[in-house]
Amino acid sequence: MLANHLPSALDLARSQFAFTVVWHFLFPAFTIGLASYLAVLEAFWLATDRPVYLDTYRYWLKVFAVAFAMGVVSGLVMSYQFGTNWSVFSDKTAPVLGPLLGYEVLTAFFLEAGFLGVMLFGMERVGPRLHFLATCLVAGGTLLSAFWILSANSWMQTPAGYSLDADGRFVPESWTAVIVNPSFPYRFAHTVTAAYLTTAMIVGAVGAWHLLRDRTNPRARLMFSMAMWMAAIVAPVQLVLGDLHGGNTYHHQPAKVAAMEGHFDSVTRAPSILFGWPDAQAAETQYEIGIPGLASLYLAHDLNAKVTGLKDLPRDTWPTNLPLVFWAFRVMVGLGMLMIGLGLWSLVLRYKGRLFETPWLHRCAVAMGPSGLIAVTAGWVVTESGRQPFTVYGLLRTADSVSPIAAPAVAASLAAFAVVYFAVFGAGIWYLFHLFNQTPRPHESGPPVGQPVRTAGITPAPALAGDAHLQPAE
Amino acid sequence: MDLDLTLIWAILIATAVFLYVAMDGFDLGLGILFPAVRGKAERDVMVNSVAPVWDGNETWLVLGGGGLFAVFPLAYATILPALYMPLILMLLALVFRGVAFEMRFRMATPRGQLWWDRAFSWGSYVAAFCQGIALGAFVQGIRIDGRAYAGGWWDWLTPFSVLTGIALVVGYGLLGACWLIGKTTGELQIRAYNLAKPLAVATLVLIAVVSATMLAISAPFRDRWLGLPGLFVGAPVPILVGLLAWRFAHALERREEVTPFLCALGFFLLSYIGLGISMWPYIVPPSVTIWQAATHPKSQAFLLYGAAVLVPLVLIYTAYVYWLFRGKVTAEAGYH
Repeated sequence: MLANHLPSALDLARSQFAFTVVWHFLFPAFTIGLASYLAVLEAFWLATDRPVYLDTYRYWLKVFAVAFAMGVVSGLVMSYQFGTNWSVFSDKTAPVLGPLLGYEVLTAFFLEAGFLGVMLFGMERVGPRLHFLATCLVAGGTLLSAFWILSANSWMQTPAGYSLDADGRFVPESWTAVIVNPSFPYRFAHTVTAAYLTTAMIVGAVGAWHLLRDRTNPRARLMFSMAMWMAAIVAPVQLVLGDLHGGNTYHHQPAKVAAMEGHFDSVTRAPSILFGWPDAQAAETQYEIGIPGLASLYLAHDLNAKVTGLKDLPRDTWPTNLPLVFWAFRVMVGLGMLMIGLGLWSLVLRYKGRLFETPWLHRCAVAMGPSGLIAVTAGWVVTESGRQPFTVYGLLRTADSVSPIAAPAVAASLAAFAVVYFAVFGAGIWYLFHLFNQTPRPHESGPPVGQPVRTAGITPAPALAGDAHLQPAE
Repeated sequence: MDLDLTLIWAILIATAVFLYVAMDGFDLGLGILFPAVRGKAERDVMVNSVAPVWDGNETWLVLGGGGLFAVFPLAYATILPALYMPLILMLLALVFRGVAFEMRFRMATPRGQLWWDRAFSWGSYVAAFCQGIALGAFVQGIRIDGRAYAGGWWDWLTPFSVLTGIALVVGYGLLGACWLIGKTTGELQIRAYNLAKPLAVATLVLIAVVSATMLAISAPFRDRWLGLPGLFVGAPVPILVGLLAWRFAHALERREEVTPFLCALGFFLLSYIGLGISMWPYIVPPSVTIWQAATHPKSQAFLLYGAAVLVPLVLIYTAYVYWLFRGKVTAEAGYH
């Protein structure tokens, strides 16, 4: 009796992957954007020589160091997780996916890790221009990393350029077709833009937090203003990219879109369901409230188009958790709409010259701080849960991908991951909040090197001896 | 095809794993030496001496795992499940350690610092020990059925794997001590000299014990090392270890600063070559050779084009970063 209710090794392995990958992606979702933001700040500083850019750069560099370290170590776990928990998947897909991940390590990880040291500690040794180059290389590395890992993920969603050998293993036929598989361009654009928005929301929230305390702080004004430009311009762009991505998914993964929309019946003038509860057993979405025709319009760009519902697709290809896909999608879209709203509001106030004088805007921006992280996580839940019950869409089932590891081993390691991640990353994130709470000051010091951070900033006199060396241009 | 891609890849990945051991070895070693160095200032110097490079060091481990997945998927798909527990423990330990790197300087209270110091040190011990355990279990062989691991989830725990675990902790400690000799001055350097001597003796004794045990428990190893022509191929290895040990003792006596580290690396390199001779040509002992485990030739070729350009490039800028942060690290100035 009891054995029937215990989770299987497969469920546990899935939970473990979901747990570790969600934790992991929080960090790159933030650092991809932050690395580019740092490169922009340093470029402005080199171009204008205005200290406000350097101070803001240093303020965020300290944050970057901590967030990046957590991204590296949680990512290291991911690179081994395929083999420990998904060995059959690894064996079957390695000829196609292996080289993509190999290229990620060779082009991106070494670049980031190599020049991060120069970025954090090297200003004195290499001078501002080479230091700027190091910042750009780290930022470029984060984008290259996104390129390869998203190519690999997209191939799992929309496999292309392969053939199957006698043992059911995937053999590459065309590398171009593998790398630029049908969903890759859309997923790459959508994800990188999401990372930029995530960073903009966090930077904007921190800027707003300090504006609420002192609206004259030039560094807080700078970061808030830059973040609100991003929200105003990039959030609407993201809506368009998301729509294109959705159209691509509709074309290649109809079951996923049907789950996202809560469509069970194939109908013309398909409604866009705003709320409801998709019930797989009853094969209908209960309590639904929708706008007729809208889904046909944005999926097929034709009000009268017929949209495929789940009932027209084999039951054993339906995503396994319909409410999760359905609701995660609404969370993502809802937050995206709020970001657009925030951006437009800021644009109006900027035009009226009251961008820095409207506390309610600042309060809302603070509240929206985590919205990017939540939206990006929800988006990944949509695309990954929506791919179930397959690891390679339509070709390799999740149940046939898992390692032959006994359930107790997976359960024990899942528990260990949970304890360690909450403790270590919890402490790390708590510390990030501590950094966010520190007022960005003139003559901001870089990351602490030989001394604890308390000597920098809080005490009235600059107690850090090395501080003076950290100001190369002043 | 004339060019044996698989052989090239085996050498490349073996090199990546060695570079990992050589580079992360000394920074794990610093954590291993933490209990022997109590002062906060001295610990700061130790961590500072690797702060700009540790991240790159650890990337070689990602290349080891990623490279195995890319080129020898059968090895990746059988070794990793076989070594499930030690590998996951190692990863968790590296998580602790990696975050501790950033956090230990930033804590406002001595208590907070102590906590992260412990995380750093324990993380280093557990990571090194688990790597050693994984090595021992790997050498002892992995049971395979078809294309999957067929053993249990405690198979990795044997007296031999515990022995190799201890050996790696001690060996990394030696690398750490020798790194400090080169990077520090004054009292900390003297402390490092004093630690290097017993650690080197222990390392050499453990290398000998591990080698002898391998010969005792495995007939194939005996045939390889003591039969012909293995005897002639293998004989230089222990002789070179002996010569290197003599050079090391000499260097410590004359208070040389760079040679001890090079000698310690030499111990690792020779042991590694010895291991290679023992394993060849198996990648999953005792049954799967590198050719059986290799991925499709197209995949090997595609990644090799990139690796031929990128690996030298990576080595060049890694060397540049090490060169940039060359010289002694002192407590007063930190890095600056």
